[in-house]
Amino acid sequence: MTARVAIVGAAESDLGVTGKSILTLQSQAVTRALADAGLTLADVDGIATTGISRFSATQLADYFAIQPTWTDSTFAGGSAYEMMVARAAQAIQAGQATTIVISFASNQRSAKSRRLGGVHEPHIPEAQFEEPYDMLFPVSYYAMAAQQYLHKFGGTREQLAEIAVAAREWALLNPKAFRYGKGPITAEDVVTSAMISSPLTVADCCLVTDGGGAVVLTSLERARDLPRKPVEILGYGERTTNTSFTAVDDLTAPGAIGSGRDAFARAGITPADVDVLQVYDSFTITAALSVEALGFCGRGEVLGFIADGRIRPGGALPLNTSGGGLSYCHPGQYGILLLVEAVRQLRGESGDRQVEGASTAVAHGTGGILSTHATVVLGVDR
Amino acid sequence: MSLPEVPPADDVTTGWWDATREHRLMVQECTQCGHLQHPPRAVCTACSSMDHLELRETAGTGEVDACTVIHRAPRPDVDVPYTVARVRLTEGPLILTRLVDGDQWAIGDQVNVGWTDLPDGRALPVFH
Ligand SMILES: [Zn+2]
Repeated sequence: MTARVAIVGAAESDLGVTGKSILTLQSQAVTRALADAGLTLADVDGIATTGISRFSATQLADYFAIQPTWTDSTFAGGSAYEMMVARAAQAIQAGQATTIVISFASNQRSAKSRRLGGVHEPHIPEAQFEEPYDMLFPVSYYAMAAQQYLHKFGGTREQLAEIAVAAREWALLNPKAFRYGKGPITAEDVVTSAMISSPLTVADCCLVTDGGGAVVLTSLERARDLPRKPVEILGYGERTTNTSFTAVDDLTAPGAIGSGRDAFARAGITPADVDVLQVYDSFTITAALSVEALGFCGRGEVLGFIADGRIRPGGALPLNTSGGGLSYCHPGQYGILLLVEAVRQLRGESGDRQVEGASTAVAHGTGGILSTHATVVLGVDR
Repeated sequence: MSLPEVPPADDVTTGWWDATREHRLMVQECTQCGHLQHPPRAVCTACSSMDHLELRETAGTGEVDACTVIHRAPRPDVDVPYTVARVRLTEGPLILTRLVDGDQWAIGDQVNVGWTDLPDGRALPVFH
């Protein structure tokens, strides 16, 4: 039988507007997650990260003066960290590493490094055939997905805004959230905010902040000797679908359909078994499409499904309980923070926003322009 | 509009861009399996052939598959708002483009190609 693998440490770096460098934030995230696990840098023999430099994992290993037996720098945007959980679990099972840290940090708000048009790479086809039209990257792709969804299945922008309204409700319960203490918002507030790329307004779009996080993985057997309640990796799945705006025929059917199906099958559970759900909310439509694609409701049903308040605090499907990328923190590749919040919920450490008795959680990352999709199913050690 | 800087054509895309100089909109066709694809590639994504790809002229017609009106431009001197769209060409492939003549476009609208000439003699296909 294959060895079971668990997350034994989880932490955030400083968040918001930090004035700190990427490697300082990385160091915070990693050392805090290790301390949470009762470990130090000396215990680490595997590193997975990206977003530092061209050789991100190599760079971080050098910075920490570690010579790992395993690294991964999978560069897949916001879903990379869910993909790394799968690769790290496999590496531990194969015996290539014993203690793996997965981390990410960005100072994009302090450094003002984010550009509306995305990153220009002149040698890729998109540079010749898409960028000349001045679409916003990535928001215009999600905008077209939202337009197709509303056209195909009906529904209103106000219904879609529920994702942002609920995220704010959760953020008001999380002292670390960027919008903590900023009061609730309404669907009307969202749809009347400044239009960016129709039908999405600035309030349909995630924050731009600094921040980062890290998780520590080891075998479940060893995890049981460490201080925290182990959070077991029960399943995972991924799909990679496109880099261009024109590769995917149906913008309302993302790769999350396949990644979720694989992850649930591997875990031997169904969406009905999930107590708390963390999905990447780069935009309201990203989260809505993910909830539907993962199978929590039927095709074309998500806007009606969430209309009863079920994703808000106290609802039947607690979603993005930190406040999400929309109201908590969005340092770029937000996927690592989905994992951190899922782990905290399963350990019962989420304070005012704790979902009582949560024993199964899902973290689902989305990268690029609905380009990469990765789902991880987590459970408390039974 | 302020014209964008379009990278030079490469070994695969030269023929496609050359046709734009005559305001002809092409898609790539595989003569081995009949597949049509855009943008042009070194390989047919249907049959893996690198030896049977040719350019075929389109009718320059299509249907709006999705579109978005953009209110903040990603570079200076671009007039807003403007509309970026996916157009499904009558021949089948999707193309990213702009819709010109107003911003009241909807999914399913029938559109025809027009051209924005670039300083180097090439032209960008847009639709109206
Ligand atoms: Zn072919």
